[in-house]
Amino acid sequence: MNTPTELRYTASHEWVRTEADGTVTVGITDHAQEALGDVVFLELPEAGRSVAKEEAIAVIESVKAASDIYAPVAGEILATNEAAIDAPESVNADAYATWLFKIKPTNIADVDSLLDAAGYQATIG
Amino acid sequence: MAQHTPLHATHVAAGARMVDFAGWDMPVNYGSQIEEHHAVRRDAGMFDVSHMLALDLEGSGARAFLRGLIANDVAKLTEPGKALYACMLNDQGGVIDDLIVYFLSDTSYRIVVNAGTADKDVAWIRQRMAATNTAATLSTRRDLAMIAVQGPNARARTWAAIPGTEGASAALKVFQATQFGDIFIARTGYTGEDGFELTLPATKAAAIWAALAAAGVKPCGLGARDTLRLEAGMALYGNDMDEGVSPLDAGLAWTVDFKDESRDFVGKAALVTNGPRRQTIGLILVDKGILRSHQKVFTAQGEGETTSGTFSPTLERSIAMARLPLGVMPGDAVEVDIRGKRLKALVVKAPFARNGKAMV
Repeated sequence: MNTPTELRYTASHEWVRTEADGTVTVGITDHAQEALGDVVFLELPEAGRSVAKEEAIAVIESVKAASDIYAPVAGEILATNEAAIDAPESVNADAYATWLFKIKPTNIADVDSLLDAAGYQATIG
Repeated sequence: MAQHTPLHATHVAAGARMVDFAGWDMPVNYGSQIEEHHAVRRDAGMFDVSHMLALDLEGSGARAFLRGLIANDVAKLTEPGKALYACMLNDQGGVIDDLIVYFLSDTSYRIVVNAGTADKDVAWIRQRMAATNTAATLSTRRDLAMIAVQGPNARARTWAAIPGTEGASAALKVFQATQFGDIFIARTGYTGEDGFELTLPATKAAAIWAALAAAGVKPCGLGARDTLRLEAGMALYGNDMDEGVSPLDAGLAWTVDFKDESRDFVGKAALVTNGPRRQTIGLILVDKGILRSHQKVFTAQGEGETTSGTFSPTLERSIAMARLPLGVMPGDAVEVDIRGKRLKALVVKAPFARNGKAMV
Protein backbone atom coordinates (compact mmCIF):
# COMPACT_ATOMS: atom_id res chain seq x y z
CA MET A 1 0.00 0.00 0.00
CA ASN A 2 1.26 3.45 -0.97
CA THR A 3 1.85 5.68 2.12
CA PRO A 4 4.18 8.63 1.35
CA THR A 5 6.46 9.43 4.29
CA GLU A 6 6.29 13.23 3.83
CA LEU A 7 2.58 13.33 4.73
CA ARG A 8 0.70 13.09 8.02
CA TYR A 9 -2.36 10.87 8.49
CA THR A 10 -5.49 10.30 10.57
CA ALA A 11 -6.88 6.97 11.75
CA SER A 12 -9.99 7.90 9.69
CA HIS A 13 -7.87 7.69 6.50
CA GLU A 14 -7.24 11.34 5.60
CA TRP A 15 -3.78 12.47 4.47
CA VAL A 16 -2.53 15.93 5.46
CA ARG A 17 0.23 17.98 3.83
CA THR A 18 1.59 21.12 5.54
CA GLU A 19 2.30 23.85 2.99
CA ALA A 20 5.02 26.50 3.21
CA ASP A 21 2.41 29.17 4.04
CA GLY A 22 1.19 27.31 7.13
CA THR A 23 -2.02 25.97 5.57
CA VAL A 24 -2.78 22.25 5.22
CA THR A 25 -4.04 20.31 2.22
CA VAL A 26 -6.24 17.24 2.83
CA GLY A 27 -7.23 14.18 0.83
CA ILE A 28 -7.99 10.50 1.46
CA THR A 29 -5.38 7.76 1.50
CA ASP A 30 -4.64 5.17 -1.14
CA HIS A 31 -5.81 2.53 1.33
CA ALA A 32 -9.14 4.37 1.68
CA GLN A 33 -9.76 4.71 -2.06
CA GLU A 34 -8.93 1.03 -2.52
CA ALA A 35 -11.43 0.04 0.18
CA LEU A 36 -14.15 2.36 -1.15
CA GLY A 37 -13.88 1.24 -4.76
CA ASP A 38 -14.96 3.40 -7.70
CA VAL A 39 -15.60 6.93 -6.39
CA VAL A 40 -18.58 8.58 -8.10
CA PHE A 41 -19.54 11.59 -5.96
CA LEU A 42 -17.93 14.14 -3.63
CA GLU A 43 -19.70 16.60 -1.34
CA LEU A 44 -17.11 19.10 -0.07
CA PRO A 45 -17.41 21.93 2.48
CA GLU A 46 -17.85 25.58 1.50
CA ALA A 47 -14.84 27.87 1.68
CA GLY A 48 -14.99 30.07 4.76
CA ARG A 49 -16.59 27.44 6.99
CA SER A 50 -15.10 26.96 10.45
CA VAL A 51 -14.51 23.31 11.27
CA ALA A 52 -13.67 21.43 14.46
CA LYS A 53 -11.08 18.66 14.66
CA GLU A 54 -12.67 15.29 13.73
CA GLU A 55 -15.88 16.97 12.56
CA ALA A 56 -17.52 15.20 9.60
CA ILE A 57 -17.29 17.91 6.93
CA ALA A 58 -17.35 16.08 3.59
CA VAL A 59 -18.87 12.97 2.04
CA ILE A 60 -17.29 10.63 -0.48
CA GLU A 61 -19.54 8.17 -2.28
CA SER A 62 -18.34 5.13 -4.18
CA VAL A 63 -20.67 2.87 -6.13
CA LYS A 64 -20.80 0.71 -3.01
CA ALA A 65 -21.31 3.17 -0.15
CA ALA A 66 -21.17 6.69 1.29
CA SER A 67 -18.42 7.59 3.78
CA ASP A 68 -17.72 10.69 5.85
CA ILE A 69 -14.47 12.63 5.60
CA TYR A 70 -13.30 14.32 8.81
CA ALA A 71 -11.40 17.53 9.47
CA PRO A 72 -7.92 16.45 10.63
CA VAL A 73 -7.41 19.73 12.49
CA ALA A 74 -9.59 22.65 13.62
CA GLY A 75 -9.57 25.72 11.42
CA GLU A 76 -11.21 27.44 8.47
CA ILE A 77 -11.83 25.96 5.02
CA LEU A 78 -9.84 27.97 2.47
CA ALA A 79 -10.66 26.10 -0.74
CA THR A 80 -12.14 22.93 -2.16
CA ASN A 81 -10.99 21.06 -5.24
CA GLU A 82 -13.64 21.75 -7.91
CA ALA A 83 -11.79 19.57 -10.42
CA ALA A 84 -12.18 16.58 -8.10
CA ILE A 85 -15.92 17.26 -7.78
CA ASP A 86 -16.18 17.18 -11.58
CA ALA A 87 -14.04 14.02 -11.88
CA PRO A 88 -14.45 12.01 -8.64
CA GLU A 89 -12.69 9.01 -10.26
CA SER A 90 -9.42 10.96 -9.97
CA VAL A 91 -9.40 9.91 -6.28
CA ASN A 92 -9.01 6.30 -7.46
CA ALA A 93 -6.45 7.21 -10.11
CA ASP A 94 -4.14 9.01 -7.65
CA ALA A 95 -5.35 9.56 -4.10
CA TYR A 96 -2.35 11.72 -3.14
CA ALA A 97 -2.47 13.96 -6.21
CA THR A 98 -6.20 14.55 -5.69
CA TRP A 99 -6.58 16.95 -2.78
CA LEU A 100 -10.10 17.60 -1.54
CA PHE A 101 -9.90 20.74 0.64
CA LYS A 102 -7.42 23.16 2.22
CA ILE A 103 -7.63 24.32 5.84
CA LYS A 104 -6.08 27.28 7.62
CA PRO A 105 -5.43 25.61 11.00
CA THR A 106 -6.34 27.40 14.22
CA ASN A 107 -3.07 26.04 15.60
CA ILE A 108 -0.52 24.64 13.14
CA ALA A 109 1.04 22.60 15.97
CA ASP A 110 -2.11 20.40 15.85
CA VAL A 111 -0.65 18.78 12.75
CA ASP A 112 2.19 17.37 14.86
CA SER A 113 -0.28 15.25 16.82
CA LEU A 114 -1.37 13.40 13.65
CA LEU A 115 0.02 9.99 12.66
CA ASP A 116 3.17 9.68 10.61
CA ALA A 117 3.37 7.19 7.75
CA ALA A 118 4.57 4.36 9.97
CA GLY A 119 1.86 5.09 12.53
CA TYR A 120 -0.82 5.07 9.83
CA GLN A 121 0.52 1.87 8.30
CA ALA A 122 0.25 0.26 11.73
CA THR A 123 -3.46 1.19 12.01
CA ILE A 124 -4.32 -0.43 8.68
CA GLY A 125 -2.27 -3.54 9.33
CA MET B 1 -16.80 -18.15 10.64
CA ALA B 2 -17.92 -17.23 7.13
CA GLN B 3 -18.75 -20.00 4.69
CA HIS B 4 -16.70 -20.50 1.53
CA THR B 5 -17.95 -21.41 -1.94
CA PRO B 6 -15.97 -23.94 -4.03
CA LEU B 7 -14.45 -20.93 -5.85
CA HIS B 8 -13.27 -19.08 -2.73
CA ALA B 9 -9.57 -19.87 -3.25
CA THR B 10 -9.88 -18.80 -6.89
CA HIS B 11 -11.23 -15.38 -5.86
CA VAL B 12 -8.57 -14.85 -3.21
CA ALA B 13 -5.81 -15.85 -5.63
CA ALA B 14 -7.18 -13.32 -8.15
CA GLY B 15 -6.85 -10.55 -5.57
CA ALA B 16 -10.59 -10.00 -5.16
CA ARG B 17 -11.81 -7.75 -2.36
CA MET B 18 -13.75 -10.18 -0.15
CA VAL B 19 -16.71 -9.20 2.03
CA ASP B 20 -19.23 -11.00 4.17
CA PHE B 21 -22.50 -11.52 2.32
CA ALA B 22 -25.24 -13.42 4.17
CA GLY B 23 -22.61 -15.38 6.09
CA TRP B 24 -20.49 -16.14 3.02
CA ASP B 25 -17.04 -14.69 2.28
CA MET B 26 -17.66 -13.42 -1.26
CA PRO B 27 -15.86 -11.25 -3.85
CA VAL B 28 -17.39 -7.74 -4.03
CA ASN B 29 -15.03 -6.68 -6.82
CA TYR B 30 -11.75 -7.80 -8.39
CA GLY B 31 -10.67 -4.34 -9.59
CA SER B 32 -12.97 -1.58 -10.80
CA GLN B 33 -16.61 -2.45 -10.12
CA ILE B 34 -17.68 -0.09 -12.91
CA GLU B 35 -15.47 -1.91 -15.43
CA GLU B 36 -16.98 -5.22 -14.33
CA HIS B 37 -20.45 -3.73 -14.82
CA HIS B 38 -19.61 -2.52 -18.34
CA ALA B 39 -18.08 -5.90 -19.25
CA VAL B 40 -21.47 -7.51 -18.62
CA ARG B 41 -23.44 -4.85 -20.54
CA ARG B 42 -20.99 -4.87 -23.48
CA ASP B 43 -19.32 -8.31 -23.64
CA ALA B 44 -19.37 -11.05 -20.98
CA GLY B 45 -18.77 -11.34 -17.25
CA MET B 46 -19.20 -14.11 -14.70
CA PHE B 47 -20.30 -14.30 -11.09
CA ASP B 48 -19.82 -16.98 -8.48
CA VAL B 49 -23.34 -17.50 -7.18
CA SER B 50 -22.63 -20.78 -5.40
CA HIS B 51 -23.78 -19.23 -2.12
CA MET B 52 -27.32 -19.59 -3.44
CA LEU B 53 -28.84 -22.98 -2.72
CA ALA B 54 -30.24 -25.49 -5.20
CA LEU B 55 -32.98 -27.76 -3.88
CA ASP B 56 -34.33 -30.81 -5.68
CA LEU B 57 -37.93 -31.78 -5.01
CA GLU B 58 -38.88 -35.20 -6.30
CA GLY B 59 -41.97 -37.35 -5.96
CA SER B 60 -45.54 -37.82 -7.11
CA GLY B 61 -46.74 -35.02 -4.85
CA ALA B 62 -44.20 -32.42 -6.00
CA ARG B 63 -46.41 -30.56 -8.48
CA ALA B 64 -49.45 -30.20 -6.24
CA PHE B 65 -47.22 -29.19 -3.34
CA LEU B 66 -45.50 -26.41 -5.31
CA ARG B 67 -48.85 -25.11 -6.57
CA GLY B 68 -49.74 -24.48 -2.92
CA LEU B 69 -46.29 -23.32 -1.79
CA ILE B 70 -45.56 -20.43 -4.15
CA ALA B 71 -47.58 -17.54 -5.54
CA ASN B 72 -46.76 -18.25 -9.19
CA ASP B 73 -48.32 -21.37 -10.70
CA VAL B 74 -46.03 -24.25 -11.72
CA ALA B 75 -48.97 -25.70 -13.67
CA LYS B 76 -47.96 -23.40 -16.53
CA LEU B 77 -44.65 -25.28 -16.77
CA THR B 78 -45.05 -28.11 -19.27
CA GLU B 79 -41.79 -28.20 -21.23
CA PRO B 80 -38.87 -29.91 -19.46
CA GLY B 81 -36.28 -27.34 -18.41
CA LYS B 82 -38.74 -24.44 -18.31
CA ALA B 83 -38.10 -21.97 -15.48
CA LEU B 84 -40.49 -19.85 -13.42
CA TYR B 85 -39.70 -16.90 -11.13
CA ALA B 86 -41.87 -16.86 -8.02
CA CYS B 87 -42.31 -15.60 -4.49
CA MET B 88 -42.82 -17.92 -1.54
CA LEU B 89 -45.19 -16.18 0.88
CA ASN B 90 -46.15 -16.49 4.52
CA ASP B 91 -49.76 -16.56 5.69
CA GLN B 92 -49.79 -12.75 5.91
CA GLY B 93 -48.79 -12.49 2.24
CA GLY B 94 -45.23 -11.33 3.05
CA VAL B 95 -42.34 -12.63 0.98
CA ILE B 96 -40.31 -15.40 2.69
CA ASP B 97 -38.06 -15.54 -0.38
CA ASP B 98 -38.03 -15.09 -4.12
CA LEU B 99 -36.82 -18.08 -6.09
CA ILE B 100 -36.62 -19.82 -9.44
CA VAL B 101 -38.30 -23.17 -10.05
CA TYR B 102 -37.16 -25.37 -12.94
CA PHE B 103 -39.62 -27.96 -14.22
CA LEU B 104 -37.78 -31.18 -15.02
CA SER B 105 -40.85 -33.46 -15.05
CA ASP B 106 -44.22 -33.64 -13.26
CA THR B 107 -42.42 -35.41 -10.40
CA SER B 108 -39.13 -33.51 -10.43
CA TYR B 109 -38.35 -29.83 -9.86
CA ARG B 110 -35.22 -27.86 -9.07
CA ILE B 111 -35.61 -24.76 -6.89
CA VAL B 112 -32.89 -22.12 -6.45
CA VAL B 113 -33.19 -19.91 -3.36
CA ASN B 114 -31.21 -16.98 -1.92
CA ALA B 115 -28.20 -17.58 0.34
CA GLY B 116 -29.36 -15.47 3.27
CA THR B 117 -32.74 -17.16 3.42
CA ALA B 118 -31.69 -20.72 2.55
CA ASP B 119 -31.94 -22.19 6.05
CA LYS B 120 -35.34 -20.70 6.85
CA ASP B 121 -36.59 -21.63 3.35
CA VAL B 122 -35.66 -25.28 3.81
CA ALA B 123 -37.24 -25.34 7.28
CA TRP B 124 -40.43 -23.73 5.93
CA ILE B 125 -40.66 -26.07 2.93
CA ARG B 126 -40.12 -29.15 5.11
CA GLN B 127 -42.76 -27.94 7.56
CA ARG B 128 -45.24 -27.37 4.71
CA MET B 129 -44.45 -30.79 3.25
CA ALA B 130 -45.19 -32.41 6.60
CA ALA B 131 -48.37 -30.38 7.10
CA THR B 132 -49.69 -31.36 3.67
CA ASN B 133 -48.51 -35.01 3.84
CA THR B 134 -46.68 -34.47 0.58
CA ALA B 135 -45.30 -37.56 -1.14
CA ALA B 136 -41.95 -36.10 -2.20
CA THR B 137 -38.38 -35.78 -1.01
CA LEU B 138 -36.41 -32.56 -0.75
CA SER B 139 -32.63 -32.64 -1.14
CA THR B 140 -30.31 -29.71 -0.50
CA ARG B 141 -27.55 -29.61 -3.11
CA ARG B 142 -24.51 -28.05 -1.42
CA ASP B 143 -22.48 -30.46 -3.59
CA LEU B 144 -23.16 -28.10 -6.52
CA ALA B 145 -21.56 -24.82 -7.56
CA MET B 146 -23.27 -22.11 -9.61
CA ILE B 147 -21.64 -19.73 -12.09
CA ALA B 148 -23.66 -17.01 -13.83
CA VAL B 149 -22.17 -16.05 -17.22
CA GLN B 150 -23.86 -12.86 -18.42
CA GLY B 151 -23.61 -10.41 -21.28
CA PRO B 152 -24.27 -10.14 -25.03
CA ASN B 153 -21.34 -12.48 -25.75
CA ALA B 154 -21.87 -14.74 -22.73
CA ARG B 155 -23.37 -17.66 -24.60
CA ALA B 156 -20.76 -17.64 -27.38
CA ARG B 157 -17.90 -17.44 -24.88
CA THR B 158 -19.41 -20.27 -22.83
CA TRP B 159 -19.63 -22.41 -25.96
CA ALA B 160 -15.98 -21.63 -26.73
CA ALA B 161 -14.91 -22.46 -23.17
CA ILE B 162 -16.80 -25.72 -22.60
CA PRO B 163 -16.76 -28.17 -25.53
CA GLY B 164 -20.14 -29.60 -26.45
CA THR B 165 -22.24 -26.93 -24.79
CA GLU B 166 -23.17 -25.18 -28.03
CA GLY B 167 -24.98 -28.20 -29.42
CA ALA B 168 -26.71 -28.74 -26.10
CA SER B 169 -27.80 -25.17 -25.41
CA ALA B 170 -27.96 -23.16 -28.67
CA ALA B 171 -31.69 -23.83 -29.03
CA LEU B 172 -32.57 -22.87 -25.43
CA LYS B 173 -35.09 -20.08 -25.18
CA VAL B 174 -34.95 -17.47 -22.45
CA PHE B 175 -35.95 -18.98 -19.07
CA GLN B 176 -35.27 -22.50 -20.28
CA ALA B 177 -32.66 -25.01 -19.12
CA THR B 178 -31.14 -28.32 -20.09
CA GLN B 179 -28.88 -30.91 -18.54
CA PHE B 180 -25.59 -31.41 -20.41
CA GLY B 181 -23.63 -34.22 -18.79
CA ASP B 182 -23.14 -33.02 -15.23
CA ILE B 183 -23.71 -29.34 -16.10
CA PHE B 184 -27.19 -27.86 -15.80
CA ILE B 185 -27.33 -24.99 -18.32
CA ALA B 186 -30.07 -22.39 -17.80
CA ARG B 187 -30.63 -19.36 -19.99
CA THR B 188 -31.44 -17.18 -17.00
CA GLY B 189 -29.75 -14.42 -15.04
CA TYR B 190 -29.99 -11.40 -12.80
CA THR B 191 -28.40 -8.67 -14.90
CA GLY B 192 -30.83 -7.78 -17.70
CA GLU B 193 -28.47 -9.35 -20.22
CA ASP B 194 -28.53 -12.63 -22.13
CA GLY B 195 -26.46 -15.48 -20.77
CA PHE B 196 -26.41 -18.67 -18.78
CA GLU B 197 -26.48 -19.80 -15.20
CA LEU B 198 -24.42 -22.99 -14.96
CA THR B 199 -25.00 -25.41 -12.10
CA LEU B 200 -22.25 -28.02 -11.87
CA PRO B 201 -20.43 -30.31 -9.43
CA ALA B 202 -18.45 -28.25 -6.90
CA THR B 203 -15.33 -30.26 -7.76
CA LYS B 204 -15.45 -28.94 -11.34
CA ALA B 205 -16.10 -25.29 -10.52
CA ALA B 206 -12.51 -24.01 -10.49
CA ALA B 207 -11.66 -25.66 -13.83
CA ILE B 208 -14.81 -24.34 -15.53
CA TRP B 209 -14.20 -20.85 -14.08
CA ALA B 210 -10.63 -20.90 -15.45
CA ALA B 211 -11.84 -22.08 -18.87
CA LEU B 212 -14.43 -19.29 -19.00
CA ALA B 213 -11.81 -16.71 -18.00
CA ALA B 214 -9.49 -18.03 -20.73
CA ALA B 215 -12.37 -17.61 -23.22
CA GLY B 216 -12.60 -13.91 -22.34
CA VAL B 217 -15.28 -13.89 -19.64
CA LYS B 218 -14.41 -11.25 -17.02
CA PRO B 219 -14.70 -12.26 -13.33
CA CYS B 220 -17.17 -9.90 -11.65
CA GLY B 221 -18.07 -9.41 -8.00
CA LEU B 222 -21.29 -8.93 -6.11
CA GLY B 223 -20.88 -5.14 -6.41
CA ALA B 224 -21.40 -5.21 -10.18
CA ARG B 225 -24.12 -7.81 -9.75
CA ASP B 226 -26.06 -5.33 -7.61
CA THR B 227 -25.73 -2.37 -10.00
CA LEU B 228 -26.65 -4.59 -12.95
CA ARG B 229 -29.76 -6.04 -11.31
CA LEU B 230 -30.89 -2.61 -10.13
CA GLU B 231 -30.50 -1.12 -13.63
CA ALA B 232 -32.52 -4.11 -14.88
CA GLY B 233 -35.26 -3.32 -12.34
CA MET B 234 -34.90 -6.68 -10.59
CA ALA B 235 -35.79 -6.94 -6.92
CA LEU B 236 -33.24 -7.89 -4.26
CA TYR B 237 -34.55 -9.90 -1.33
CA GLY B 238 -33.98 -8.13 1.97
CA ASN B 239 -33.83 -4.71 0.28
CA ASP B 240 -36.83 -4.43 -2.01
CA MET B 241 -39.02 -6.96 -0.22
CA ASP B 242 -39.05 -9.13 2.87
CA GLU B 243 -41.49 -10.97 5.13
CA GLY B 244 -43.33 -7.75 5.91
CA VAL B 245 -43.90 -6.78 2.28
CA SER B 246 -46.50 -8.19 -0.14
CA PRO B 247 -45.37 -8.98 -3.70
CA LEU B 248 -48.24 -6.73 -4.84
CA ASP B 249 -46.50 -3.79 -3.11
CA ALA B 250 -42.99 -4.81 -4.20
CA GLY B 251 -43.51 -4.53 -7.96
CA LEU B 252 -43.90 -8.30 -8.21
CA ALA B 253 -47.63 -8.58 -8.96
CA TRP B 254 -46.65 -10.10 -12.32
CA THR B 255 -45.31 -13.14 -10.44
CA VAL B 256 -48.58 -13.77 -8.57
CA ASP B 257 -50.93 -16.00 -10.54
CA PHE B 258 -54.62 -15.76 -9.59
CA LYS B 259 -55.87 -17.27 -12.89
CA ASP B 260 -56.83 -20.70 -11.59
CA GLU B 261 -59.44 -19.69 -9.01
CA SER B 262 -59.51 -23.21 -7.58
CA ARG B 263 -55.80 -23.01 -6.68
CA ASP B 264 -55.01 -22.02 -3.13
CA PHE B 265 -51.49 -20.98 -2.10
CA VAL B 266 -49.97 -19.77 1.12
CA GLY B 267 -50.65 -16.04 1.48
CA LYS B 268 -53.38 -15.92 -1.19
CA ALA B 269 -56.18 -14.95 1.22
CA ALA B 270 -54.10 -12.09 2.62
CA LEU B 271 -53.25 -10.79 -0.86
CA VAL B 272 -56.92 -10.91 -1.91
CA THR B 273 -58.03 -9.14 1.28
CA ASN B 274 -55.37 -6.45 1.27
CA GLY B 275 -54.86 -5.84 -2.44
CA PRO B 276 -52.04 -3.49 -3.40
CA ARG B 277 -51.42 -0.82 -0.75
CA ARG B 278 -48.16 0.68 -2.07
CA GLN B 279 -46.23 0.49 -5.31
CA THR B 280 -42.56 -0.05 -6.07
CA ILE B 281 -41.28 2.12 -8.90
CA GLY B 282 -38.05 3.60 -10.24
CA LEU B 283 -36.42 6.95 -9.44
CA ILE B 284 -33.70 8.86 -11.27
CA LEU B 285 -31.93 11.54 -9.26
CA VAL B 286 -32.02 14.88 -11.09
CA ASP B 287 -29.77 16.75 -8.64
CA LYS B 288 -26.19 15.64 -7.92
CA GLY B 289 -25.74 12.88 -5.35
CA ILE B 290 -26.27 9.18 -4.84
CA LEU B 291 -29.53 7.52 -3.85
CA ARG B 292 -29.26 4.72 -1.27
CA SER B 293 -31.78 2.45 0.44
CA HIS B 294 -34.02 3.80 3.23
CA GLN B 295 -34.06 7.45 2.14
CA LYS B 296 -37.35 9.28 2.60
CA VAL B 297 -39.22 10.23 -0.58
CA PHE B 298 -41.74 13.10 -0.68
CA THR B 299 -44.49 12.90 -3.30
CA ALA B 300 -47.74 14.81 -3.92
CA GLN B 301 -49.55 11.68 -2.63
CA GLY B 302 -47.51 11.39 0.58
CA GLU B 303 -44.23 9.96 1.79
CA GLY B 304 -42.42 6.84 0.67
CA GLU B 305 -38.95 5.31 0.94
CA THR B 306 -36.19 4.10 -1.35
CA THR B 307 -35.60 0.35 -1.09
CA SER B 308 -32.41 0.12 -3.20
CA GLY B 309 -30.26 2.88 -4.64
CA THR B 310 -26.92 3.22 -6.37
CA PHE B 311 -24.89 4.94 -9.05
CA SER B 312 -25.86 3.57 -12.46
CA PRO B 313 -22.74 3.05 -14.58
CA THR B 314 -24.87 2.82 -17.75
CA LEU B 315 -26.81 6.04 -17.15
CA GLU B 316 -23.96 7.76 -15.25
CA ARG B 317 -26.56 9.04 -12.78
CA SER B 318 -28.03 7.77 -9.58
CA ILE B 319 -31.07 5.47 -9.67
CA ALA B 320 -33.26 3.80 -7.08
CA MET B 321 -36.27 1.62 -6.52
CA ALA B 322 -38.74 3.21 -4.12
CA ARG B 323 -41.88 2.14 -2.30
CA LEU B 324 -44.34 4.97 -2.89
CA PRO B 325 -48.02 5.69 -2.37
CA LEU B 326 -50.42 4.44 -5.04
CA GLY B 327 -51.23 7.16 -7.54
CA VAL B 328 -47.66 8.37 -8.06
CA MET B 329 -47.03 8.10 -11.81
CA PRO B 330 -43.98 7.85 -14.08
CA GLY B 331 -42.95 11.40 -14.98
CA ASP B 332 -43.87 12.80 -11.54
CA ALA B 333 -41.30 15.03 -9.86
CA VAL B 334 -40.52 13.99 -6.26
CA GLU B 335 -37.94 14.89 -3.62
CA VAL B 336 -35.58 12.59 -1.74
CA ASP B 337 -34.02 13.38 1.64
CA ILE B 338 -30.26 12.81 1.39
CA ARG B 339 -28.43 13.80 4.58
CA GLY B 340 -31.03 16.39 5.44
CA LYS B 341 -31.23 17.99 1.99
CA ARG B 342 -34.20 17.53 -0.29
CA LEU B 343 -32.95 16.62 -3.76
CA LYS B 344 -35.06 16.44 -6.93
CA ALA B 345 -35.81 13.08 -8.51
CA LEU B 346 -37.97 11.85 -11.37
CA VAL B 347 -40.31 8.85 -11.16
CA VAL B 348 -39.70 6.34 -13.97
CA LYS B 349 -40.82 2.88 -14.90
CA ALA B 350 -38.05 0.29 -14.43
CA PRO B 351 -36.00 -1.24 -16.04
CA PHE B 352 -33.42 1.52 -16.33
CA ALA B 353 -31.16 -0.49 -18.66
CA ARG B 354 -31.28 -3.84 -20.36
CA ASN B 355 -29.48 -5.59 -23.21
CA GLY B 356 -26.71 -3.02 -23.22
CA LYS B 357 -29.02 -0.03 -23.59
CA ALA B 358 -30.47 2.68 -21.41
CA MET B 359 -34.26 2.31 -21.24
CA VAL B 360 -35.14 5.66 -19.64
